[in-house]
Amino acid sequence: MLANYKYIAFETILVKEIRRFARIWVQTLVPPAITIGLYFLIFGNLIGRRIGDMGGFDYMDFIVPGLIMMAVIQNSYANVVSSFFSQKFQRSIEELLVSPVPNYVILCGFIAGGVARGLAVGFIVTLMSFAFTDLSIYNLPITILVVLMTAIVFSLAGFLNALFANSFDDISIIPTFVLTPLIYLGGVFYSVELLPSAGRIVSSFNPIFYMVNTFRYGFLGSSDVNIVWSLGMLCLFVLVLYVICIALLRRGTGLRH
Amino acid sequence: MTSAISIKDLYKTYGNGHQALKGVDLEVEEGDFFALLGPNGAGKSTTIGVISTLVKQTSGTVSVFGKDVATHVYETKLDLGIVPQEVNFSLFEKVMDIVMTQAGYYGLPRALARERTEKYLKKLGLWDKRNNRARMLSGGMKRRLMIARALVHEPRLLILDEPTAGVDIELRRSMWEFLQEINDNGTTIILTTHYLEEAESLCRNIAIIDEGRIIENTSMKLLLNKLDSQTLVFDLREEIEPSAFTALSIERSRLVDPHSFEVDIGKDEDINGVFQHLQAHNIGVKGLRNKTNRLEQLFLARLKSA
Repeated sequence: MLANYKYIAFETILVKEIRRFARIWVQTLVPPAITIGLYFLIFGNLIGRRIGDMGGFDYMDFIVPGLIMMAVIQNSYANVVSSFFSQKFQRSIEELLVSPVPNYVILCGFIAGGVARGLAVGFIVTLMSFAFTDLSIYNLPITILVVLMTAIVFSLAGFLNALFANSFDDISIIPTFVLTPLIYLGGVFYSVELLPSAGRIVSSFNPIFYMVNTFRYGFLGSSDVNIVWSLGMLCLFVLVLYVICIALLRRGTGLRH
Repeated sequence: MTSAISIKDLYKTYGNGHQALKGVDLEVEEGDFFALLGPNGAGKSTTIGVISTLVKQTSGTVSVFGKDVATHVYETKLDLGIVPQEVNFSLFEKVMDIVMTQAGYYGLPRALARERTEKYLKKLGLWDKRNNRARMLSGGMKRRLMIARALVHEPRLLILDEPTAGVDIELRRSMWEFLQEINDNGTTIILTTHYLEEAESLCRNIAIIDEGRIIENTSMKLLLNKLDSQTLVFDLREEIEPSAFTALSIERSRLVDPHSFEVDIGKDEDINGVFQHLQAHNIGVKGLRNKTNRLEQLFLARLKSA
């Protein structure tokens, strides 16, 4: 009875989240598709033809996995941070807080919503990539595992941002000043082999570098990083962020006075 | 009988140092229709916040139907329905979705959630608006939507924080009837309101909170009996001249205008004497009313003395 109640509550949050981003699809699904489509066209196609090979692969084939991952990261993060903060701002989060839904079910519901949007955009972008290249997958389980875990990590990070945010400025600072540089410097557009040794060391501290490269391994079978080490790090990120979010929810940070 | 709510020695100091509650003790019996009154900033919403767990108490305990809200989270929240003072649902969602979602948070299976949603939206006159976005609703409809949402899991205790603020008279009366009906069916109701007429006509027991302390906690009947005097206004059928009124010699009376006068009546006095004076001079009375709401008089007097 109790477990069933928790499942119904989880499903309710997830359905609400999916309904929200589907309702405003012009804001949530179309812009990333257009942006990534332009990357395909300009970087992959027009400029890419002059670049030639990157890391032993055609430049378009090289950047497609990175761009899909970029869409997944940005959208899973954006979905949770904007949805949760909007609910805080409108105080509709109180509907959830006065109900008997346990903290971990609240967290999992929002994370599942973020993952759903991240994967939905990732799927759209993947479909678009077929217009530019014949994409093949080298290792499907790794591809699915890494995209899923990355979406979870950035949904958790978005949740953390939303808990601390007090204004709409607070939810745009991290994506603009932290997330975007990490993505662009995370090997989406280039192989780490191109960097000087100092650049390689700096890249090794960028978690997105591992995610993008592991995802690329799933498609191309080649990567700048150790796959096992990458997957282990992703697990650690999920665990640490989950524990922090639960602890903050228990304390009522940003939610209960 | 079990207490629906039992609050013991409740203190709350906010992060900015403001002490909102200074040792609140309160018991509300199961099945009661209870008024929690107080001026703005007295601690009413903080008390409700602690009961609903949106506010963390500094110290003290709150029990709902004998179970501590801090340790029996699941059971106590199932028993509790909250109608907040401010609108707190997403204005972009449909009316039906708002209530259905709340039902889901309480673990109601979809079929039952739909049935209950229909039941309460119909009872509160919102069924025709079920597919409208919440932002399209009027102020009164938004308040009724919050009541429907709070009732969808059929709680044993319903707390309403100023549910009729800004609602027109006709709608307010229909909400009173609805609340009376659900109280008659066994739901305990705690109401905070600034309309003291509302509290007087609906509630059996009352507490007055001021500056974070309960300064009065008694039955409505006992409280109203404390009133030393009341001022009654007599509306006359025909105009009366000031000299003719003076000639009536009614004690502690004043002519308000040519069509009405007021009389102060003591707690143990009756008004037969006034009527005898009027009948003797063949003056017809069209209507009789209290100058101010009796509870309002007491409320203000009690706050002043506190």
